Parts: sequence; structure tokens; C-alpha cells
Amino acid sequence: MSTFTEETRLRAREIIARYPADRSRSALLPLLHLVQSEEGYVSPAGVEFCAEVLGLNKAQVGAVATFYTMYKRKPTGEYLVSVCTNTMCDVLGGQKVYDALAEHLGVGHEETTADGKITLEHAECLAACDYGPVMTVNYDFFDNVEPQGALDVVEELRAGGRPMPTRGARLCTLKEMAVQLAGFADERDGAVADGGPGEPSLRGLRLAEQHGVSVPGFDPKTPIRSKAEADRAAAEAKAKAEAAKPAPAPEPAKAAEQVLPEAATGSTAPDVKAPDAKSPQVRTAETRQPDAATAVPDAPGTKIPVDGPPPVPRDAQAAEAAGTAANPPAGDGKPAGDAAGAQERNLKEAEAGTGADGADPADANGSGVRK
Amino acid sequence: MTTPRPETLAKLTPVLTKRWLSPDAWRIGTYENLDGYAALRKALKAHPDDLIQLVKDSGLRGRGGAGFPTGLKWGFIPQGDGKPHYLVVNADEGEPGTCKDLPLMTYDPHSLVEGVIIASYAIRANRAYIYIRGEAVHAARRLRSAVAEAYAKGYLGRNILGSGFDLDLVVHSGAGAYICGEETALLDSLEGFRGQPRLRPPFPATHGLYASPTVVNNVGTIASVPYIVLGGADWWKTMGTEKSSGPMIYSLSGRIANPGQYECSMGITLRELIELAGGMKPGHNLKFWTPGGSSTPLLTAEHLDVPLDFEGVAGAGSILGTTATQIFSDQDCPVYATYRWLEFYHHESCGKCTPCREGNYWMVRVYRRILSGQGTHEDLDTLLDTCDNILGRSFCGLGDGATSSVTSSLKYFKQDYLDYIEGRTAPKLSEKTLVGAH
Repeated sequence: MSTFTEETRLRAREIIARYPADRSRSALLPLLHLVQSEEGYVSPAGVEFCAEVLGLNKAQVGAVATFYTMYKRKPTGEYLVSVCTNTMCDVLGGQKVYDALAEHLGVGHEETTADGKITLEHAECLAACDYGPVMTVNYDFFDNVEPQGALDVVEELRAGGRPMPTRGARLCTLKEMAVQLAGFADERDGAVADGGPGEPSLRGLRLAEQHGVSVPGFDPKTPIRSKAEADRAAAEAKAKAEAAKPAPAPEPAKAAEQVLPEAATGSTAPDVKAPDAKSPQVRTAETRQPDAATAVPDAPGTKIPVDGPPPVPRDAQAAEAAGTAANPPAGDGKPAGDAAGAQERNLKEAEAGTGADGADPADANGSGVRK
Repeated sequence: MTTPRPETLAKLTPVLTKRWLSPDAWRIGTYENLDGYAALRKALKAHPDDLIQLVKDSGLRGRGGAGFPTGLKWGFIPQGDGKPHYLVVNADEGEPGTCKDLPLMTYDPHSLVEGVIIASYAIRANRAYIYIRGEAVHAARRLRSAVAEAYAKGYLGRNILGSGFDLDLVVHSGAGAYICGEETALLDSLEGFRGQPRLRPPFPATHGLYASPTVVNNVGTIASVPYIVLGGADWWKTMGTEKSSGPMIYSLSGRIANPGQYECSMGITLRELIELAGGMKPGHNLKFWTPGGSSTPLLTAEHLDVPLDFEGVAGAGSILGTTATQIFSDQDCPVYATYRWLEFYHHESCGKCTPCREGNYWMVRVYRRILSGQGTHEDLDTLLDTCDNILGRSFCGLGDGATSSVTSSLKYFKQDYLDYIEGRTAPKLSEKTLVGAH
């Protein structure tokens, strides 16, 4: 592999050093951004480069590279123009903007103009619905765009100009942006400071300011109650409740319980720790898959020196072998939960109602895909 | 534009958004002048267990959509187990309609960084990651700058503020996959794999990142922590409702006079939110809306007074989700809106589970047929049947979310579908756009 510069190789090592020593595969996404920064897309050579520095094979890297939208499989232009055509932007005119650009530039989705300046794409929600319809150039926002405004932007780009985004920093090229995506700071003087908040982001705040609305009672000196204090308070509350109402299950205790569920139901003696504070669910989960013992030498601060040698591929392979032994993966080398045996075990556990979360497991961790 | 009534204005609770008005709040100096890192100093003097208890007492619930109690989640991390613990912040904002985390990270990134340090201290994690959506480049710039400043000031790294606590924080950019907002897919992605969800249990609390105990929290959740540490649980609970405490950033978009972010006491109604937003756009009447992004079932004008907290919205048959209220009017077509969302789910389905991968593929085609005037009555049954076969039959909630707008729009707006099928509405899609669709 000789196509990649020494600078890229140096950056690759810096990226790998961000992650735990034998978890270098975590560096794959930033590394794919990095090879894009040199070639403008993820080429077979880029895949090979990532595989080489991480000790993976090309199929493993290729499988990841083709999964994500931002890794382009064909050479791209200097500027990537993305128009949101998801429902809200579409309804507000985003599709018209996209159609106008496609017609004007004579290119379709993920196609590049002949002069190599502009790659066009229609994008899914860009998380700026209050500014819709939106368009981005190399991922920086142009808000409330209309067809004519969008055409003006691309014309200026083709003429060598760099129109200023509505929010976000002054434009750079797509390759320069890929360096930032690989996790490096934007070195351009003042670029981080560019772009103040747009009015929609501030609407609620402005209303509150205008009408003098604030949240009362905020005292930054409010003490954090310690366990001992909480136990004492709960014990006192309980004693008080018992004294006031000796007969069955006193209600004031319930009030205390609301505030301090654990303390109130625990021992009344302060500072006496329960023998095992873990919930049974957690203990079950721990014993169920006792491995995870592919223990990570993970002391923070112990970073690989940037100018040191890249990790020996053998390390990653050894780690992977250990992981595989502990938790047999499915064919694609996925880490957890894919083995038929593991699934069966998990299903049995689930049926027995021993989800690690104790509460409703279906709801526990974002049963809905987040945001 | 009429001024909102005082009682509606009183529901505004500028807490997490407060610093956005200070243009330089993303710089550490300005941040420190605005209570910044005071919560960290205070937290590091407390016992980690007391911080977990504090968050439990505050009633804080996850801001990423599911509303799981945050303190409880932290409490699930087994302590003294000899394994490394991890905190992962889910900053992969991408649910259609949702636009609250990006401004927060852009205008006030240190509040997230401070929250990360406190949360990591509480769960005894020495490594934390912020997995930020790839496309969110400006937010990532500000965040990386904030992390660098925090290292320089000794808020990150070794022996933070002399406490003996060590923490490394990495800002990790994604690469354009909505599914990575699902926490287990996010973890796979962070480990360098395709972002596909894992079967649960085991949950990330015991087998998360690198098969170690991991807390995955949303940006808004973690950014709330410094305020709770400073103001206390009782103060936090003065906002919101009994079971849904605190402030919430409501993201209003669509056919209203002033779209934008409105941080309000949880439990506010859409009627009040629209009032704050200056009413509907002239000439538009509310027809349908999403309470929390496109994965939550649509609601209609009859739900204007539903309290927008976790319980209230659930009671109305929908989900609070990310409080991304997308507001559509009588000039918008619920059938077309649903079709566009389905295109999205079809594109973003990771392909792991057959019901979601194939179901969304086929539903998109059925919608194209209906919208091009070639639909049949049987198509509606096919849609419902397909939804039946997707809902609850995949590893994660992406497929479930896809069915939300289909079943809810059929429930409330069946007539709109019939109008296409029976020829009363002109086809919305032309032959040209249908090439290859059948």
C-alpha cells in the first residue's frame, strides 16, 4: 500500500491511539473518514489501508464501509450538496429545491457534475426541522432554502466562490471536512466561532426573556445528601410515623418512601450496608454470561504514543480470538448475542422475566429508536 | 401575532437552553462565568452512590425517547466487579422532526461535557464516548473544542481537580446511519462494526461496550445532570409532572407561525405550545401532528389538550418520544406524509431483521400505488397486515416506529386513503416517479 501519504499514516496512528489498546477496531469509522479525506471516497485502496492498519481483512472493512451513507463509493465533487426531502422539509418545499438543483446541474442522486465541483444527494432528516426546508453543503447548513436561493449557492460554488452557510462554519472542501469527521480539530482560524444561533433555536428563550419568565428556587449551593444522612432522615421519618400512628402500615412512611425508596425500605440503622446491594436481575445477568472477561487493559491516560509503532495485527487477532472463544459469533463476526445458544439462553431468561433492567425490559433502553 | 397568555408563558422553563443566549457560551471562560463546572466541583466531593441517588430522587427520565428513569439505569451498573465501565452519550440525533440536541451541543457543548464527567464519576467509568451523528459537523467542531479546553483546564484526564478520578472522553463521529441512534446498534458501530442492533437481554448495563457494563444516555439526559447537581432534586421536581419531572425541550416545526425550540415544563399541551409559537401559519388549520418524531403515532386536532408528558401521551395512544412536534395542516396530506416517512424507514432499516427490511420495502411500494391512483381497497388491508407482521417482530424499535404513522393515519384518516383509491383525489405521484416501482 503506497498510495496513502505519510501524513495520513500518522493520523491513522493518532486515531487508533484514542481507543483502548486491544480495541483498535473502534477506530474503523474514523479511519474510513480519513481515507475519504485523501481520496474523496472509500476506494478499494482505502479499504485495504484500513484493513492493514487494524489487522482486519478487506471483507470485514468492506462490510462496514458499505453500510454507512456518508462513505461514498464513487469519487465525489469538491462540494457535497445534500437536500433534505424527508416529510417535513418535503412538505415545506424541499423536494422542489432538490428537483430544481437536479435539473439545473443535470445530475441525479449521488451523481457528480462533469466539472467535478458538485455531488448532489437527497438526504433524510438533517435534524433542523425548525429551519426547514434545509440544504447542507459539506454538511454545513443553508436554512429555509428556496429553489432560486439553492441555485444561487451552487452557481457561486461552481464559479469558485464560497457562500457563507446560514449556521455553521465557512465552507471547506469535502476532503477537508472528512479530516474533521475523522476526529481532528478544525484548524482554520475562527471557523469554530462561526455561526451564531439562529432565531428558531432561541424562540422560546426570547419569549421567556421578553416576559421575565425564569425558573424560581434555583440555589446552586443546595447540598447533595449523603447516604448516611438519607438513612438517618428516613429512620427519623419512620420513627416519627410509627410514633404518630402506631397501628398498621402507617401512611407517612409511604411519603418518606417516595423520596427515598431504597433508604426507607432498608435497615433503620444508619451506615449498615446491605450484604449485597446488587439487584437480583443484575446478579442473574452477570452469572448468565460470566465472560466479558476479555478484560481490557484500559487504564485511562495510558495512550499509545502517537509516534510509536502501529498496533501489531496479531494483537487484534488475539483479542478477537479471545472474544470468539468466549462468545461464538455469527458468520459476520458480530460480537454479542448472535450465537444460537446465546439467543436461546437469553430468550429463556427473558421469559422468566429476569431482564437485567428489572423494570419493563421492553421499555428499558429505548425500545423506540431514539431521536 | 398575539401575545401568549401569562399562564402559558409561565410554562416556559429555560434551564438547559438558557446559555444559548450567550453567543460565547461554547468557550470555557464564558461557560465558567455562567455556573460552568461548579456542578463538577460539587459532585466530586460527594460519594458516587449519593450522586446516583440524587438523580434517582430527581425523577429524571431519559430524553432520547423511551423515558427510562436515568438514576435507575445508572444503578444497574454492577459496582466492584473489576471490569471497566463505560459511559456512552447517544448524540446520533436523526429521528425525523427532532432538532434539540444539535443546538445544545453547538451553543452549549460544555454542559454536555460537564454532565459526562459527573455521570462517569457516578458510575465509575474511566472512559466515555460521545457518539455524534456524522452530519452534525458544526456541533462536533464545538464539542471537540470544548473537550480540548476541558483537558487543558484539568476537567478531563488524570486526577481531575485533585480528586483522584481519571476520565478520557472521545468525540466519535458516526457516518450516516439512523439506526445507530438505537443504543445497541450504536455500541456495535462504536466497536467498528455495521450498526445493527443486538438482542436484549443482556442489556448494556452488564454487557454493553466491549461486553462491559455501559450506560448509554441521550444528550439531553446527560446535559440535565449538572443542573440537578447544582439545584437539587427537589428544585428539579418543581418543573414537570409527578412522574415526568423537569423541563423538556419541545421542538416545534411545520405549519406554525414561529417554529423553533421551546423549553417548557413537562406536561404542557400542544394548544399551549402553538400559542407560544404565535399560532398556526395564516391559512392553515391543524390536521395532524407527531408528539415525538415520526416513530410516534400521529395525533389530531382532538388531542390538542393532551398533556405532553410520558403518561399523558401514552394515554392518548401515542408516545412522547423526543418531543419533536411536527405540525401539519389541512393543506398537507397524511397519506403522502406517511409515504415519505416510510421511504425513510425503508432506507434506514439496517437489514438485520426480515420483517422490518422486507415489510418497509413492500409498504413503500403499496403507498406508491395508492398515491398514483392505482390503489385498491385490499391495499389498506395489506398495509395493516404488514404492520402486524413488523410490529414487535424485530430486534429493535425501528420497524415498530415505521408502523406508527401507517396504523395511526389509517385510524384517523382512512377517508384520505379512500379518496385516492376511489379517484376523488388527484394522483400525487406521476408515472415518471413510478418507474421501476412495481
